Amino acid sequence: MTILETSAGPAPRSQVNRERIAALAQSYGAAVILVILLVAGSIAFPTFLSVSNFANIATQSSFLLIIAIGMTFVILTGGIDLSVGSMYALGGVLAAYGSHWGVFGAFALPLAVAAVIGAIQGALVAYAKMAAFIVTLAGLLGVRGLVYAITNGGSTTPLIQDPVTAAIGQGGLVGLRWPVFIALAALVIGSVLLSRSRGGQAVLAVGGSENAAALMGLPVARVHFSVYVLSALCAGLSGALTAAYSSSGVPNVGVGLELSAISAVVIGGTLLTGGRGNLVGTLAGVLLLTVIQNLINQVGSLSSSVQAVVSGAFLAIVVIVQTVLARTQRL
Amino acid sequence: MTQATVTIKLPRRGSALGFLQKYGVYVALLLVLLFNLVFTPNFFELDNFRTQFVQVVPVLVVALGMALVIGTEGIDLSVGAVMALAAAIVPLYIGYGAIPAILIAIAGGLVVGLINGSMVAFIGVQPIVATLSLMVAGRGIALLIANEQLRPVSDLFVLALGRGSLFEDQPWRIPYAVIIAVVLVVVVALLVNRTTFGKQLLAIGGNRRAAQLAGLPVKRILLSVYVISAALAAIAGIIGTARLGASVPSTIGNLIELSAITAVVVGGTPLTGGQVKIAGTVAGALLLQFITATLVKHDVPDAYSQIVQAAIILAAVYIQRGRIFKR
Repeated sequence: MTILETSAGPAPRSQVNRERIAALAQSYGAAVILVILLVAGSIAFPTFLSVSNFANIATQSSFLLIIAIGMTFVILTGGIDLSVGSMYALGGVLAAYGSHWGVFGAFALPLAVAAVIGAIQGALVAYAKMAAFIVTLAGLLGVRGLVYAITNGGSTTPLIQDPVTAAIGQGGLVGLRWPVFIALAALVIGSVLLSRSRGGQAVLAVGGSENAAALMGLPVARVHFSVYVLSALCAGLSGALTAAYSSSGVPNVGVGLELSAISAVVIGGTLLTGGRGNLVGTLAGVLLLTVIQNLINQVGSLSSSVQAVVSGAFLAIVVIVQTVLARTQRL
Repeated sequence: MTQATVTIKLPRRGSALGFLQKYGVYVALLLVLLFNLVFTPNFFELDNFRTQFVQVVPVLVVALGMALVIGTEGIDLSVGAVMALAAAIVPLYIGYGAIPAILIAIAGGLVVGLINGSMVAFIGVQPIVATLSLMVAGRGIALLIANEQLRPVSDLFVLALGRGSLFEDQPWRIPYAVIIAVVLVVVVALLVNRTTFGKQLLAIGGNRRAAQLAGLPVKRILLSVYVISAALAAIAGIIGTARLGASVPSTIGNLIELSAITAVVVGGTPLTGGQVKIAGTVAGALLLQFITATLVKHDVPDAYSQIVQAAIILAAVYIQRGRIFKR
């Protein structure tokens, strides 16, 4: 379609402007809507605009943000990782078991296992050339099975044994808990990696055009491999932090979390086809989802099904707008 | 996208790999049956097979629609939510009689299918996000309709769909649910293999641009495929409700999209579109059902059966990667 419609010669100015506005809306639309929601929420609900409520939103967002950062890298390469919800549960359970050996065990055990599982998925996608959707779908089932296998079918909820680990989850600074700072650090590191490092540029190049990236001599397979390891590590870390925060590794948490993470990334303006997107958008996407949830809670009597309807409809509207915007830019 | 980087080893005709790619699912099905013949007491009995066939019906019916969607290089994650929606609608309208209630439930599914299809066909949203949004919202709507409550269904006609049989009281009685599933399999198989619609669907899945340039009604076919998938999911939701004797929108069809996709892919339909294997899909659904039953009968915990299922998906897709046979 694009080939037929592309005309030779300089584009008229109005079209250039339209393209620029579309590109801006694609990248910063989520942030603008977030600000509007925050203002509207503050006016509508007196309990919304409070330090403790904002600290709450920050804590709730931090766990999802860490997962969404990994997911952003995967989606930027044109892939998808459906296994993060199960990986998150495994991270929490392993952190609780690992906390027998102190804070080191509480984080080293889940991260090591996550790295191995991420490496298996990455190898199957990158080197065996299997569809990411199917590989990580198997991961979703298999890892959840693993969680239930090590917790007596989900009936055991291991507790965090180590006070230092619990302090990392529950303690904090200036009213914000440590997971918030850890998530922000991950965001900064991720952003620097993506925009300033060779590896990050390779991720964008592979997602933009795999052929072009291969012809430029980029290690395409290694890039694919790495993002799945990174995503599994992020999900495992988030699970471990959640366990530290709640003092226990709950086996059945994180069901459907992959969908929230994908929604956040997509709402943040990252294209599912890969090659375009940024982590600031992902942050806005995560905050948007959490703020919507918080606002629905403010109303009080509304149930979680209303929340599902609102988030689903919101996601639909966002992707429709984005698809239209992306088309405007391509014309 | 992958021409430059993927070096595909072409399996020779008649090679072991080529054979496995074509008939792997049937071989696996045979092996599972043989295993049960030897190691599982009371597996080869009419009653057991009847139970297995009735249990596989919802996954199979959903998988039929999924196969069509995957044939166009799409995916439909909203099928579980559509089942929940249909389940929630049935008890609402049962007062007007069973048939109107069932038709309205299917119509509810059709609306979801129309929304999915419109987003994919007319706006160009990727199928995975389009149907993801309805997967989340659809179940929410179902729960709102049902007031988040479980409702018993006592209408005899509806119950018969899940529990009744043709030739009741006979040892060879055939459950109505199985008859419905067989009819749907035949209809969808004819649709794919014998109609213009089927050929156009495969053409779109094989190469959308070529199909567009050839003047095929690409948008209309994409829309139809998602509508058909939703209609089949709604039927599965009604049968599932009938079997339970209750409308349970909170749990019905949970994760069924994963089982359906697995059945389709294990059955030899590639995720890249352009081919649809209905017989393979049936075999894939039966394979999953028999494996689950085998693990249950040998007291393997649920956790391990999930891991086994994951391994089967990976093995099936690993064997099928780089397949080049067209039809």
